[in-house]
Amino acid sequence: MKYEVVIGLETHSELATATKLFCGCSTKFGADPNTQVCPVCLAMPGVLPVMNKKAFEYAMKSAAALCCKIDNYTNFDRKSYYYPDLPKNYQISQNYHNLGVDGFMDIEVKGTVKRIRIHNVHLEEEAGKLIHPEETGADYSLVDFNRAGVPLLEIVSYPDMRTVDEVESYMQTLRKMLLYTEISDCKMQEGSLRFEASISLRLKGVETLGNRVEIKNLNSMKFVIKAIEYEATRQAELLDRGETIDRETRLWDEINEKSVRMRSKEEAQDYRYFPEPDLLPVLIDEKWLSTIKSSIPELPFARKQRFVSEFKLSDYDANLLIEDKVLADFFEECVRGLNRPKILCNWITNDLLREAKERKLEIGQLKVKPAQLVSLVEIVEKGTISSTTAKEVFIEMIQTGKDPQKIVEEKGLIQISDEGLIGSVIDKIISGNPGVIDDYKKGKKNALTFLVGQVMKETKGKANPKMVNELLKGKLDV
Amino acid sequence: MRLLESTALQIKQKILSKQIRVVELVGQAFARIKAVDPTIQSFISLNEESALKQAREIDEKIDHNEKVGLLAGIPVAVKDNLCTRGLSTTCASQILKNFVPPYDAYVVKRLKEEDAIIIGKTNLDEFAMGSSTENSSFQITRNPWNVACVPGGSSGGSAAAVAANLTPMSLGSDTGGSVRQPAALCGIVGLKPTYGRVSRYGLIAFGSSLDQVGTMTKDVSDASLLLQVIAGKDSKDSTSVQTPVPDYLQGIDNNIQGLRIGIPKEYLTEGMHADVHKALKDALRIYEKLGAKIIDVTLPHTEYAVAVYYIVANAEASSNLSRYDGVRYGIRSTNAKGVIDMYCRTRAEGFGNEVKRRIMLGNYALSSGYYDAYYLKASRVRNLIKKDFDAAFEKVDCIIGPTSPVPAFKIGERANNPLEMYLSDIYTIPANLAGIPGISIPCGFSKDGLPIGLQILTKHFEEKQLLHVAYSFERETDYHLKRAVI
Repeated sequence: MKYEVVIGLETHSELATATKLFCGCSTKFGADPNTQVCPVCLAMPGVLPVMNKKAFEYAMKSAAALCCKIDNYTNFDRKSYYYPDLPKNYQISQNYHNLGVDGFMDIEVKGTVKRIRIHNVHLEEEAGKLIHPEETGADYSLVDFNRAGVPLLEIVSYPDMRTVDEVESYMQTLRKMLLYTEISDCKMQEGSLRFEASISLRLKGVETLGNRVEIKNLNSMKFVIKAIEYEATRQAELLDRGETIDRETRLWDEINEKSVRMRSKEEAQDYRYFPEPDLLPVLIDEKWLSTIKSSIPELPFARKQRFVSEFKLSDYDANLLIEDKVLADFFEECVRGLNRPKILCNWITNDLLREAKERKLEIGQLKVKPAQLVSLVEIVEKGTISSTTAKEVFIEMIQTGKDPQKIVEEKGLIQISDEGLIGSVIDKIISGNPGVIDDYKKGKKNALTFLVGQVMKETKGKANPKMVNELLKGKLDV
Repeated sequence: MRLLESTALQIKQKILSKQIRVVELVGQAFARIKAVDPTIQSFISLNEESALKQAREIDEKIDHNEKVGLLAGIPVAVKDNLCTRGLSTTCASQILKNFVPPYDAYVVKRLKEEDAIIIGKTNLDEFAMGSSTENSSFQITRNPWNVACVPGGSSGGSAAAVAANLTPMSLGSDTGGSVRQPAALCGIVGLKPTYGRVSRYGLIAFGSSLDQVGTMTKDVSDASLLLQVIAGKDSKDSTSVQTPVPDYLQGIDNNIQGLRIGIPKEYLTEGMHADVHKALKDALRIYEKLGAKIIDVTLPHTEYAVAVYYIVANAEASSNLSRYDGVRYGIRSTNAKGVIDMYCRTRAEGFGNEVKRRIMLGNYALSSGYYDAYYLKASRVRNLIKKDFDAAFEKVDCIIGPTSPVPAFKIGERANNPLEMYLSDIYTIPANLAGIPGISIPCGFSKDGLPIGLQILTKHFEEKQLLHVAYSFERETDYHLKRAVI
């Protein structure tokens, strides 16, 4: 394509506070309609907002994690527009003094690191939800205000992305940041993480930006990518025909996989922003800011790089581990108990993840604790059980949460490493299989495998396989 | 003096000494309301049944010598823009004519906690927008001193109810003078506390950065008592302030020897009525006699106050009133097609002309491309007005002037001239812009026998001094003892 695609993203993320931004109502998802409401979030006449400090601190944390400049003065503004799900018909948001400005986030695409600049980070309140009746021809809609007033973080990037791979990486990296800082649960299916894209095209090598089109209603990361691909193609075709791109807002139609015009720039709303007189400006002193900054954990990108250098893990393994903070924490706790990063990583990325996935559980919900996985690896290393038995023990650990030692004892799984005992079993197998011995002596290699198998079978799998191999060879090769 | 002509403190003394029973008092109040209010029209709704029930409960407490609140048994009328749980609260607007709040305003909660008896809700200019109470969509309230005249506004109902001896006290709200100006026109005491002194929670917002609940009483001591009850920090209003609440009555009768009174030359304007000017001069003479020093001060940005006010207040109002959309409460137009049409018709049918005018002016001042020229500039000039006061208060302890340039005017006289009406508040508006406290006290009568008010202003949170200065004048005069004959 002769065009360069220029993409910026606006991200909305519901903050994981227990209560709403300006009143004490619960933010819990999924309650019956209008059961988590009060005069304040219903915008009854005469009510006033009181800021939830926790929500503000979460927003500060994210602004700091995105390396934004945080001014010591910030305030809220009213953004006016009429919509039935917006009880006051204005949204308390930020416009004139955003909490964070001019930040950045590093993303990685195919091993290359790229810096995406963040235009601003600000805090605002969520709207309610319209419920349209399913019956055809209904002349009414219902409103559920449970969500109205839930704290919402808006993160606006600069148009610094050029490919869908970069967009994908930006969304994933941002999502991980929000999860790592524990300020949002990022459940896209519940709407707690949403994206809007703005896209423009320009001829490669040209510096000025083309007219941009904003796309809303992108309910999953997959749709973001599809919408950008669709929009880039649509704009390229228009430009190829010599037409111009209208600055407009379009809606993504996920069923027909295309975007449709919502409104043009001329129809754009005048939000009539002005400072919210019911709330005091928030003054951020150094002490407060540094307390918040110090609460930011190591972020995924830095952690991945550390896993590679400190534990000599592959990029692939490190990425798997840092995908989920709980998983990466699990890994680090294991390594603190036993310095075998590669072996522990294998257990975690293969067995632990597989079992969690099969059981549809989060890592934190599994019964196995890091110390127990460490014990399991230790008893394999000591030779108490074989690695084959260990897999069996692991499943039992997942199911019951019991310590591996206990499982081994209860089930009598301790490996037989007694030379005399193994020797006598071997003698029995040799005398019972003269034909196979002949085959072995003729040079048939799989005869040995068969005999080892017979010994293991006789010992119910408990014989130390390495010893069986060595002892058997010794007796046969005499 | 008849019981209902007494002050709240006098009545309270009679109640506590068991000379009268609260039930009897409240019964008398409702009997007088029924006799007089058809003429005055100060109440939009009455709370008779629960008021009498509450009266019996307080009588019982007193009979059993139980502890009672600061306002035990005192009838209080509440402006109908203050939310009262279970009691209709209309803002004198069609759009809220069926609205019954599920909660009490902070000040209403405080009244109840101190055993006051809420007897009813008083008339106002729709959403407190006006200076004559003629903008009520329900009724026109009349001035008890001359029923052909307006009581002032917007708290005209609360002022008239006190002046007509229907209740000893009432609550109003003051965004640009709505407590002080009707107090002046009705010959009573009207106090607007410092912005932040009294919680606005439950006061239906007009101009959020200007609104303040105020008291309307027969004298300064009652104002002190009522302020004592409603002042203080409320966790539900972020703009209410933690500053300690002093005992307002303690030391109120100390002398004012050496008090420095500032007279802003900008307040001595051409528009001032001759009788008002004379009353002001007489008042200053009394203060001098009491040992105060009269000092000329300047508030150079006063001439911009009205313009600044009508931009800031209307901008905030246009936003505050956007919630009246027919979706959740209030009236909803029945013949609408689609949601936008429903909004338009509901608001077209629900709001009166003055409210619509202010919403339009406010939206204009906030719209993109005009924000800097209007709202932002007005906010900056507002800061200059604040600084004028700060500078003046370096030299003087208080500022004195007239409350209103004119005594009560005739009903209908200014109704068709909004600009002239807006100038009614020329002396009261600056205090709201600066956030400082102000009081209007009776200081004389016009040749036509209409009351004239004296306005006193002090620094932020200096209500105690304000009441002290007011009380020392009141003690020397008997204007506050005159009662309208009705």
